[in-house]
Amino acid sequence: MPTGPQFQRLPDQNRATVTLTVEGRTIEAKTGETVAAAILAAGLLSHTRTTPVLGAERAPYCMMGVCFECLMVIDGEPNRQACMTLVQDGMNVERQLGARTAPAPAQEVA
Amino acid sequence: MSLPAPCPTHDLIVVGAGPAGMAAAECAAGLGLSVALVDEQPRPGGQIYRATGASPLADASILGPDYQRGAALVEALSRHRIECFYNATVWQVTRDREIGLLVQGQTRLLQGRAIILATGAMERPVPIPGWTLPGVMTAGAGQILLKSAGLMPSASVVIAGSGPLLFLIAWQYVQAGVTIAAVVETTPHGNYLRALRHLGRALKANEYLRKGVALIAGLKRAGIPILRNARHLRAEAGADGRVARLHFRTGNRDRSIECGLLLLHQGVVPNTQITRALDCSHDWDALQRCWRPRVNEWGATDVPGLWVAGDGAGIAGARAAEHSGRLAALDAARLLDRIQPSERDEKAAPDKAALAHHGAVRPFLDTLYASAPDILVPSDDTILCRCEEVTAGDIRHFVALGCQGPNQAKIFGRSGMGPCQGRLCGLTVAEVIADARGVPMEEVGYYRIRPPIKPITLGQLADLDIPQEAAE
Repeated sequence: MPTGPQFQRLPDQNRATVTLTVEGRTIEAKTGETVAAAILAAGLLSHTRTTPVLGAERAPYCMMGVCFECLMVIDGEPNRQACMTLVQDGMNVERQLGARTAPAPAQEVA
Repeated sequence: MSLPAPCPTHDLIVVGAGPAGMAAAECAAGLGLSVALVDEQPRPGGQIYRATGASPLADASILGPDYQRGAALVEALSRHRIECFYNATVWQVTRDREIGLLVQGQTRLLQGRAIILATGAMERPVPIPGWTLPGVMTAGAGQILLKSAGLMPSASVVIAGSGPLLFLIAWQYVQAGVTIAAVVETTPHGNYLRALRHLGRALKANEYLRKGVALIAGLKRAGIPILRNARHLRAEAGADGRVARLHFRTGNRDRSIECGLLLLHQGVVPNTQITRALDCSHDWDALQRCWRPRVNEWGATDVPGLWVAGDGAGIAGARAAEHSGRLAALDAARLLDRIQPSERDEKAAPDKAALAHHGAVRPFLDTLYASAPDILVPSDDTILCRCEEVTAGDIRHFVALGCQGPNQAKIFGRSGMGPCQGRLCGLTVAEVIADARGVPMEEVGYYRIRPPIKPITLGQLADLDIPQEAAE
């Protein structure tokens, strides 16, 4: 759902670029910024999660880790705060739709 | 949650590396205490000096001269041996002064002989109809994106609300070349009159007033429309589900402005999540309309060995935070017998004088920028609890059914039980209940906050490395 970006980048200090996959599409981000910032700069998503109660669309709100509106599935792990998670090259980010699902156990417990 | 206690790992653990935390850590380390400094961000600075010394901006001067102060604090910090834990989420603090950390997915426990909480402020929630729409953010969020990621709005931006930060972010955007559609100020006209009687005292710290006047003048020179005395704000979505316009009323006129980004602000309030989880006593501040942990002149709470410094103990601003950080550190050093009370008092004198100076402007600012009644106690159709989608009308309905306070409201309708743990609705839910019952805030109280105060998975908790003898 491409919508116009709400943010753009100011001239910066030539930070290195990394690549993330967001909802199956590739975006570029700058090292040192958060996943939420990268997604807002890319303007790729109109919302980053839907609520478990009413399915309402939400997007990052406070950018400082208090509102939990930016919960996303990052590298398969749900309930990650995108505004508190720094981008890493090759990261896979998906929207969290409704209630988060428990990830499959990494290994069998003997 | 009770975990086996490790031995004290540090004399002092400081939680939060903003101005209060940096000053506390530096002061304590200078007195010979072993100090750990913990922060959720990748580097020191807190929100006010976010990304200081590592700004992504080619020209960080657009952030203004006050921002540059952060670099000096970080510099002072670096002159001492302090064990710093950055990117570290604090998920628990106990009355035994243990701190549960999550760093890069790894859990660990620290224990301090003393703890200073310098967790600062968060923006007061701005519950208006439509504040949950994508594209509606806080003014602070806009500022964090500017400081930490070098982002400025490309969509048409409206900045709405009340408080000094409203004008600061607008001024910073103007420096960055952003065209601001409008600044919509909700400060009620009556506040100006009420604030006047505090002006004499505020003039003692007139640098604050001069700064404010200069910011507003700068905005006017830049031709930014400033619409005053706005009431009944309501954000409306466009076809794509994102915010498209802001409706409001000034005088007898209904107005609306198109916007692709709406930044809201109603001042800041102490982030009391940790002091609440520790069951410290809190008092209602009727002027700042927020709860503050009960502390003495040194920042000591009623939990032994626990201090609160900076805006977390009541909003006084970044410069005051440095001084309250040092006062807490001096008192902690006194408690640990590193300095005598007389030495503490002597070293504290300049900080106490500076605190009084910075405090002189607060009654004026707090009265002038007091939130309008329709924001503190919103209309029925306004969502208060964003996580569980509980409206003001729902809360009033619960009160009619006999709900007495926020904790009962949880049982009636889950408000405060989502992932933010009441951070974004606690104040408003209590205000609406107090208003509906016609009783003071002290009588309705606040949510009971329980650890973990930040999400931690069972797997991460199970990975906790507990010393064998402690586990037995």
